[in-house]
Amino acid sequence: MSSLVEIRDLRVDFPTPSGFNAAVRGISFGMGREKLGIVGESGSGKSVTGRALMRLLPSAARVRAQALRFDGVDVLAASERQMRGLRGGRIGLIMQDPKYSLNPVMTVGRQIAEAWLAHNKGGQREAREAALTLLEQVKIRDPRRVLDSYPHEISGGMGQRVMIAMMLAPNPDLLIADEPTSALDASVQAEILKLIEDLVSARGMGLMLISHDLPLVSRFCDRVVVMYSGQVMEELPARDLHRAQHAYTRGLLDCMPSLSVRRDRLPTLTRDPAWLEPR
Amino acid sequence: MSETSTRAWLLSDTPGSRAQARWGRRYQLWLAFRRNWLAVAGLAIVLLMLAMALAAPLLATQDPGVQNLANRLAPPSAAHWLGTDELGRDTWSRLVHGGRVTLGMVVAVVILVAPLGLVVGCVAGYAGGLWDRVLMRVTDVFLAFPRLILALAFVAAMKPGVESAVIAIALTAWPPYARLARAETLTIRNTDYIAAVRMTGASPWRIIWKHVAPMCLPSLTVRVTLDMSSIILTAAGLGFLGLGAQPPIPEWGTMIATARRFILEQWWVPVIPGIAIFLASLAFNLLGDGLRDVLDPKQR
Amino acid sequence: MIEVENLNVHFGANHVVHDVSFRVAAGETFGLVGESGSGKSTVLRTIAGLNAGWDGGMAVAGTPLGQKRDRAFFKRVQMVFQDPYGSLHPRQTVDRILSEPLEVHGIPDAEARITRALEEVALPRTARFRYPHQLSGGQRQRVAIARALIADPSVLLLDEPTSALDVSVQAEVLNLLADLRQARQLTCILVSHNLAVIAHLCERLAVMQGGRIVEVLTEGQLRAGEAVHPHTRDLIALSHALEG
Repeated sequence: MSSLVEIRDLRVDFPTPSGFNAAVRGISFGMGREKLGIVGESGSGKSVTGRALMRLLPSAARVRAQALRFDGVDVLAASERQMRGLRGGRIGLIMQDPKYSLNPVMTVGRQIAEAWLAHNKGGQREAREAALTLLEQVKIRDPRRVLDSYPHEISGGMGQRVMIAMMLAPNPDLLIADEPTSALDASVQAEILKLIEDLVSARGMGLMLISHDLPLVSRFCDRVVVMYSGQVMEELPARDLHRAQHAYTRGLLDCMPSLSVRRDRLPTLTRDPAWLEPR
Repeated sequence: MSETSTRAWLLSDTPGSRAQARWGRRYQLWLAFRRNWLAVAGLAIVLLMLAMALAAPLLATQDPGVQNLANRLAPPSAAHWLGTDELGRDTWSRLVHGGRVTLGMVVAVVILVAPLGLVVGCVAGYAGGLWDRVLMRVTDVFLAFPRLILALAFVAAMKPGVESAVIAIALTAWPPYARLARAETLTIRNTDYIAAVRMTGASPWRIIWKHVAPMCLPSLTVRVTLDMSSIILTAAGLGFLGLGAQPPIPEWGTMIATARRFILEQWWVPVIPGIAIFLASLAFNLLGDGLRDVLDPKQR
Repeated sequence: MIEVENLNVHFGANHVVHDVSFRVAAGETFGLVGESGSGKSTVLRTIAGLNAGWDGGMAVAGTPLGQKRDRAFFKRVQMVFQDPYGSLHPRQTVDRILSEPLEVHGIPDAEARITRALEEVALPRTARFRYPHQLSGGQRQRVAIARALIADPSVLLLDEPTSALDVSVQAEVLNLLADLRQARQLTCILVSHNLAVIAHLCERLAVMQGGRIVEVLTEGQLRAGEAVHPHTRDLIALSHALEG
């Protein structure tokens, strides 16, 4: 598989009053045009990894890597101009809550059109047409009405569809979805992920799905990378998740309450200090 | 306790008492504040000026009221460090004594204004409804007048002097604090932590006083510090117009007012108190900016 | 223990809860489940006295509830909020947060009670004088639980107590809640969007949609898939699908 993303020994540190705090401690993985899930609990460094790839971390953060490449482009050495071409151009980012990532005083149509214009040549009318097509592609039932709505007039699930449409406008090669459905109801969650999955497959993009929800990720991805405390614990095909070897992955799967099985007490995760050792 | 162990005690992640936790937090704020050298400079100047005002009798080389008409409008010299004014009084001595009056007025205004604004704003914001409407309309009435004009009218109605100037400035200065405190309270009162306090069964007064007001204090402190300079200027302005401190009391604004005729020939006479006002205003502004960076809850 | 009769809640012109009625027996844990906007949290907050603008009848331990709640009510009924980051006062230490209910109710022996409360929720002694920002999400939720229980209430209202937590921490907090409920004979109402969490803790549950209760089930019926209402069946199917 041709390598779309190559990460080798990525380390990210954030400054604190008492020295640097390691958020990512030497992780390596690669991905092609596939669906990769990055799973971990809060503080595992999963979001930081996605952001490091887009160079979206605050300037105070210290990012080092033997290699951090997107389709051959060295992200750490690239110029700001090159990065602007990547961000929102070849890499799209979908964040958790559409409420905060859409501009509240601009209609949905304008925002998608802007995104399209930033990376395509054409006039206002073509941009609007493109926005309409995109809204149709993200399966919004009444795209003409939504086009002229403001973000507060649409529901959370609809907002997330609009975000996806915006990210698809420049025809990216990779979509990074950072907890794209955590703010949504379970029923909407499934629809949105199905939509992302379909679009990614149809357009032959890569998908990096960052989430805390192990079963969810395994349902929608080909491969899963499990992170803990800034390191990769385990990397495995999603369908083999129930055969996971690592105690951390097992622990995460076991400690969830289940609707089908009744248990008086939930097994809790015992954090082995050995997991923290550099690997 | 040695210095390093004090530092460790303050920075401890696991404080052993309320006091340690509180001082630890303050120390963290101080560490953040210390990084901004302009703010530290502002703080140093403010402290220096306050110390000068407090120690005025010790620092003054002469009685600020003693006239010597033979030696009027003298330039700075060894005998009179900053020269003399139109009545031959020593400018340096008048400046340090004037600091007492001017800075004293500022402090008095703040002591009157900040608690008033805080209470009005918090009560209006937390109680809402009729309370809010009545209190805010009163605030609006005061806010609608130009500050200096209202102060002028008030002082003119009373007898000019330091006390009426303080009351006049206080009267015009509190509405912005009430507005600010209300705005903060409106966001705070809908938070879960206030809902949790309501669930303890605490009375509204207790909630406002112990839980809401402390959250409004940081932004109010910043605003007060930034406002200090304009209070100084208003006080000086009233003095300049003859409605503040009355001669022979030394006050910076009055000093400029009485010496303004000499701006061309003996320029140092009005300029020196002007520099004092400028320095004090600048220092308070720098301090306020620094405090905002440290205390602003939106940035932490 | 808790009776709710034809509860209606209005936010301005919005009618958000329609004719909700249910009863919770003493010592029972009752679940309210539904998607966002179903009105489940509104029902809970209205019982807690945090919402005005309701009509209908509510009673706790036989005492009818009015629009204004007295101190005795707050001694009997306590609540744990969803977001442990937002429900603790950011400028108060754990010690201060825990002593507040004791001061309000004039309960003596604060020192011993705070120590015991921290032990009960398995927080280390060193956490006592920390500020919320120095604690992890799970620890904060433990503080919130300790605060709710420190004045010995008999009713505990839980508003999505684990949905902001990681699953491993969720397991710990759910175990803790189960233990405390048993040890203190608490009557609980648990609001959650997660059917598995509801099934884990509750004996009975009501499914809400659009501000109405559409179905009331026992835990056994829920697990056996004996739901009748299509919305409940949808929720169950989704939950099973996500469990994989």
